[in-house]
Amino acid sequence: MSSISLQNITKDFPGVRALDNVSFDIQDGEFFVLLGPTGAGKTTTLRVIAGLTKQEGGSVSFDGQVTDSLTPADRDVAFVFQQYSLYPTMTVYENLAFPLRSPMRRTPEPEIRKKVEHVAQTLRITHLLDRKTARLSGGEMQRVSIGRAIVREPRVFLMDEPLSNLDAKLREALRVELQHLQKTQGNTTLFVTHDQIEALTMADRIAVMNHGRIIQIGTPNDIYDRPATTFVATLVGTPRINLFKAKRDNGSILIENSELHIPSTGNTPPQLLLGIRPEDVKPASNGRFSGQLILTEPLGVETILHIQSGGQTLLSLVPGMTHLMLNDTIRFNLVQDRLHYFSLQGKRLGDRI
Amino acid sequence: MATIQLQKVEKKFGELYAVKPMDLTIADGEFVSLLGPSGCGKTTTLRMISGLETVSGGMISLDGRNVTWRHPSDRNIAFVFQLYALYPHMNARQNISFPLQAEGMDKADIEKRVEEVVKLLRIETLLNTRPSKLSGGDKQRIALARALVRRPAAFLMDEPLGALDAEFRETMRAEIKRLHLNIHATTVYVTHDQIEAMAMSDRIVVMSAAEVQQVGTPAEVYYDPANLFVARFIGSPGMNLIEGHYGEGVIRLPGENGYPVPNGLRASIENAIGDGPAVVGFRPEAAEINAQGALTGNVYATDLHGAYTMLHVNLNENEIVHIRGDRTVSFPIGTQVRFNLNPEMVRFFHPETEKAIRQEGRP
Repeated sequence: MSSISLQNITKDFPGVRALDNVSFDIQDGEFFVLLGPTGAGKTTTLRVIAGLTKQEGGSVSFDGQVTDSLTPADRDVAFVFQQYSLYPTMTVYENLAFPLRSPMRRTPEPEIRKKVEHVAQTLRITHLLDRKTARLSGGEMQRVSIGRAIVREPRVFLMDEPLSNLDAKLREALRVELQHLQKTQGNTTLFVTHDQIEALTMADRIAVMNHGRIIQIGTPNDIYDRPATTFVATLVGTPRINLFKAKRDNGSILIENSELHIPSTGNTPPQLLLGIRPEDVKPASNGRFSGQLILTEPLGVETILHIQSGGQTLLSLVPGMTHLMLNDTIRFNLVQDRLHYFSLQGKRLGDRI
Repeated sequence: MATIQLQKVEKKFGELYAVKPMDLTIADGEFVSLLGPSGCGKTTTLRMISGLETVSGGMISLDGRNVTWRHPSDRNIAFVFQLYALYPHMNARQNISFPLQAEGMDKADIEKRVEEVVKLLRIETLLNTRPSKLSGGDKQRIALARALVRRPAAFLMDEPLGALDAEFRETMRAEIKRLHLNIHATTVYVTHDQIEAMAMSDRIVVMSAAEVQQVGTPAEVYYDPANLFVARFIGSPGMNLIEGHYGEGVIRLPGENGYPVPNGLRASIENAIGDGPAVVGFRPEAAEINAQGALTGNVYATDLHGAYTMLHVNLNENEIVHIRGDRTVSFPIGTQVRFNLNPEMVRFFHPETEKAIRQEGRP
């Protein structure tokens, strides 16, 4: 497998800058996720790496060698797309064997059989080998698509939203399989998604993109615990992070339109944005803050509480089902060392304010 | 407001059941979800309640009045569909007042009514805007307002949030629930999203293959699923369901694992299956990693979710269980881990009938 490096990639489409100075390195064997909303530039980035789209500026290297003049075929990448592109009249076996039968490769038949069977076993599709792909379920088709990508040991895997067309339960199951496969085989993988859960659960590192730019690169914990901007903070985590306008007030921080005073360490700017993850709003009978419970949303494993304080509503995430009653006054604490401080423009101000 | 009662209501297309005979009573002011995968019969049930679909048998009553063969417009029920169905050439205010104008209500009364719902839904700033200029969430708010303004006896909602992206869906989910707490209108809500049903409902009707699987509160369907379908469908991921073999008070599980059945349940299990295959079910949070744990397996994958970690553990080659831990839990693939189950949260199922085996004398 290979390492990949993007340096200062720019790409313009008529009237819009699709990629603006995009740089990052993917290590050999790394699971690297591009996360962002529609139009962020994720798929364009993937296509530039594949050689399917030509960039205006910057360069792409594989293992330190600039690949900009190489055709997509010569870059030796394998794709898995959202739409399965299997041959419907062929069996699963033939679909998996197809990439190995390319005239360039001339793999001997017994070796093809060995490789196909090994891949089928890894993906738990051995029982499907003789079936025509037109007769498979969506989840099975996507397994075969992944199988066809890994059977020929390319330099890198490029996956563009491969799980988005599947229903929730199947997505969960394949997410786990994909992660296990990647970790045990050490495949260099670039995975594009708009789904923050896919990014957090599978990635070694995540690059968050928006409007053609890289906003932050880091491990899932970095992205979740130290979001660089309010955009990143609200993109990851469900329910969404609580975000309030706040101001300096006599040595503490006051959330506007509420009675929530939070200790400050001194270098607080006059105005700021305060982010509080719902799991860091912790009900406690002797809690230092209080509010009124205006809504509960039981999800089974946990419950979302909507707590009103003054004119603001905080979301709190608590384990299990709650016995709290609507309109109860409840007391709570905030986990002080997990608060997030941003400038009014949305830039992270540091871990302690 | 209204009570809705279904007695042996069924729908057949030719010989095929779209909805098998079902009984359901929805209390005045109750929020009930019809939950299930596509094709389970939930939307057909809703359409029969509305009168848009005729029944093949059974009786539907509103407040004790038989409406089975009444025209939809005679039932005093309002709809909110997945697609907002707003009139594109009217602004939001005109869209909201339209149903009242169509009834011939006079202008001053219409304005009063519109004022009311506008305040309730906090949509003052949207009133002069045309639908094409509104976001998905705002369109849905206007559609809700238009349904509310008629003060119907009941609301029927068919996947109203299905078309919204994740972020709006979360917000609108809470808004609809708050609205419900304010006006306490009897509501029947169709969704395939178990999180939505759990978060919003007083009771959930879980459906699959044209049949009601369970009717219960969110806590009941989550903690005490009536069968394997409900156990799998509710929760993300669903309940861990491991087939083992019962004998002499112990269920032997894949790997070198066993689970001793609590005394109170042995008789029920022996009655149901004797010595034989039995399914053990537990939610991911019912398992706890513990160096002295009674059960063991090897880590297959570790998922970070930000607020918590989900461990996937192989009991043997084919059986994976999901264990929820706090965010600091992480192991390399292949690590052997031990864990315990919280006995309060372990459930048992019959592998053939797929039904829950409960302690005798308990529902």
